[in-house]
Amino acid sequence: MKKKMCRVTAVFLTVLSLAVALCGCTGDKKGKSDTSITIGIPQDIEETLDPHNMVAAGTKEIFFNVFEGLVKPDSDGNIVPAVASEINVSDDGLTYTFTIREGVKFHDGTNVTAEDVQYSMNKCADIEGGEPMIPALSNVSAVNIVDDSHVDIVLKEADNDFLANIATVSAAIIPKHNEDPAANAIGTGPYKYVSRSPLENVVFEINNDYWGEKAEITNVTWKICANADTIAMELEGGSIDMMAHLTSAHKAQISTENFEVLSGTMNLVQALYLNHKFEPFANEDVRKAMCYAVDKDAILGFVSDGEGVKIGSSMYPNFKKYYDQGLADAYPHDTEKAKELLKKAGYENGFSFDITVPSNYVQHVDTATVIKEQLAEVGITANIKQVDWDTWLSDTYVGRNYDATVIGVDAAQLTASALLARFVSDAGNNFTNYNSSAYDKLYKETFALTDDAARTEGFKKCVQMLSDDAANVYIQDLPEFVAINRKYTGYTFYPVYVIDVAKIKLAK
Amino acid sequence: MKRKKNIQLYIGLGILAVLGVFLVLGLIYHPYTSTQMDAGAKLTAPTLKHWFGGDKMGRDIFTRVQEGLKTSLFISFLATAIGTVGGTIIGALSGYYGKLLDDSIMRIIDVLFAIPSILLALVFVSLSGSSMMNVILALGIAVIPSFAKMIRTEFKEQSKLEYVQAAKLMGASDLRILFVHILPNIMPTLLNCVFISINNCILAEAGLSYLGIGVQPPTASLGGMIAEGQGYLRMAPFYVIFPGVIMVFLLVGLGLISDGNAQTFVVRRSAKKDTK
Repeated sequence: MKKKMCRVTAVFLTVLSLAVALCGCTGDKKGKSDTSITIGIPQDIEETLDPHNMVAAGTKEIFFNVFEGLVKPDSDGNIVPAVASEINVSDDGLTYTFTIREGVKFHDGTNVTAEDVQYSMNKCADIEGGEPMIPALSNVSAVNIVDDSHVDIVLKEADNDFLANIATVSAAIIPKHNEDPAANAIGTGPYKYVSRSPLENVVFEINNDYWGEKAEITNVTWKICANADTIAMELEGGSIDMMAHLTSAHKAQISTENFEVLSGTMNLVQALYLNHKFEPFANEDVRKAMCYAVDKDAILGFVSDGEGVKIGSSMYPNFKKYYDQGLADAYPHDTEKAKELLKKAGYENGFSFDITVPSNYVQHVDTATVIKEQLAEVGITANIKQVDWDTWLSDTYVGRNYDATVIGVDAAQLTASALLARFVSDAGNNFTNYNSSAYDKLYKETFALTDDAARTEGFKKCVQMLSDDAANVYIQDLPEFVAINRKYTGYTFYPVYVIDVAKIKLAK
Repeated sequence: MKRKKNIQLYIGLGILAVLGVFLVLGLIYHPYTSTQMDAGAKLTAPTLKHWFGGDKMGRDIFTRVQEGLKTSLFISFLATAIGTVGGTIIGALSGYYGKLLDDSIMRIIDVLFAIPSILLALVFVSLSGSSMMNVILALGIAVIPSFAKMIRTEFKEQSKLEYVQAAKLMGASDLRILFVHILPNIMPTLLNCVFISINNCILAEAGLSYLGIGVQPPTASLGGMIAEGQGYLRMAPFYVIFPGVIMVFLLVGLGLISDGNAQTFVVRRSAKKDTK
């Protein structure tokens, strides 16, 4: 008997001491040299250090500091020259002539030559056959060396998005003499790769020979912080100085005294994506009723603490060129109108459907939970069905076997097509089965245009059409936060998924 | 001596009674529904309005913990029922008939034993999709092997005893011997198995919900609430503490009852021996 009571007491004591131990979890405040920074990343980098074979967004995100292409994106979403100093396009739009910038050196001290550019472009376009990492590069027919400082890239057909497609780490310029690019990361960027400890950290140091504006921070340690729940503690404890991609739950736990918390958006289109093959959603009135029934402001309040940006079509706000904030309120919250439309469509008694959500994305599950409540008010029954990420990819995204799903769709490249092409009825990635001949026509006509102003106008019309058709119940571009120790300043958001350390300065 | 041993049973029953009162309270006092959202009550600390505080969507944690407790109990009771019926039948047949039937059934059970039951349930739920019914089925099937093993040993032991031989001689059918004669005699063991299984099922359900493949939102479950709340541990500890405390109470309560039950049984058995 006594023994048993002891056991019970022991269990309680264990729980108590565990709680105390957890409270005591703080990182070590080690003294660091003033010009270094430790940045937390949520997962380890990939095995390969070859930029042309990197797949994970989280890997490319940090190697943006090490590798550069002929061109690169800037923080406003423009494509600016990098390894190339000048780009000339022939009148037929088929030949791009790149002038190699003078004095660009690889991290091993050698100069960038025309051979290196030819080798790199051939390697990532994989002209010898096979599937290139960037699908648009299958359009490259030849890479020719004109002279020591000029390289021609010849396309099979004109592509106005070509430069945007190669403005990524996946089309980086790497030295031809590097025999094992998967093991040795040699690029031209403002930082050099130094070392890595698997599941622990990745270390970069400054490239003093950088052709452009030199960075101020000399040493960068990317620390892997896999447990999302301890990030706030790691920041407060001083084991990391900065962390990107934080949620509003994290934000609320970080003291603003020591940290500057910057808010941006994730650059994705979060929506209740509707499968147009599912009977009720083929009806435009039903889709519109759903749009009216869903109160975006309430979702923003519950899921994003009011910090996200409401959207109304498949375009996110940082893509300023095509974005129209007016569409966000195209379907203001109006349950009466929703009920009317449902009646008109013959669903006055409502209907029932499943919302499939990947369980690893808390924001999407939460959004689905709020939507469920809101739809119940107009008599539509939504059942939430959580699945794991792989199942979501295979059954929902590829298999298109679902009624509706909450997910965020991002742009693989900084082009309008990256977001809009998927709504063409025969597109391979048209997972919503959206089928509108008017849209198909408009998109294809616009895509073929060469004049930038006319193209922009056309893509804007596509965006408008998706909203008018109520193709999906568009919700928001989710907020994300970057916490950075007040010792540093200058963090800059990009419309693409990168962390640019070169822009970070020491606070004076 | 005997009274002292039963203290565990009484403490266990006491704890469960407290939980019962907690549930009954929900029938009398229910100003909120478990899915009612209120932006104003988002992550608010416990107040008189929201006794256990508000969760990340401003839902009343008090109401949700009640619902979570009900969900956990519902799932674990039903799953245990499946396990008890399935396990007892398999165990009884295997233990009573023995020989080849026993060998083949036990080898299959051994194979299933090699796979942790939570993993078994996980695979089942992943394959069949997550809904409350599937979770119940998965857990029920997952506990069958342990039931079968325990019950088989008992049946094997009992079938050699005189009263069974006597019943056989009197021409009682096997079915009658199995379930009318032997089963009541192994009740204490069976009851213990049931309590342990309920405990395991509560934990397994919490585990599945914690992984996001158990009960689907917005239905509350204790494990799901703990999973939701862990990200807010620093700013809203009550989010995790209340479902956690209720779950610990439930498990300790059931554990004590099954322990107390075992003690009474031992006392009864030894008392019987003494009278011989």
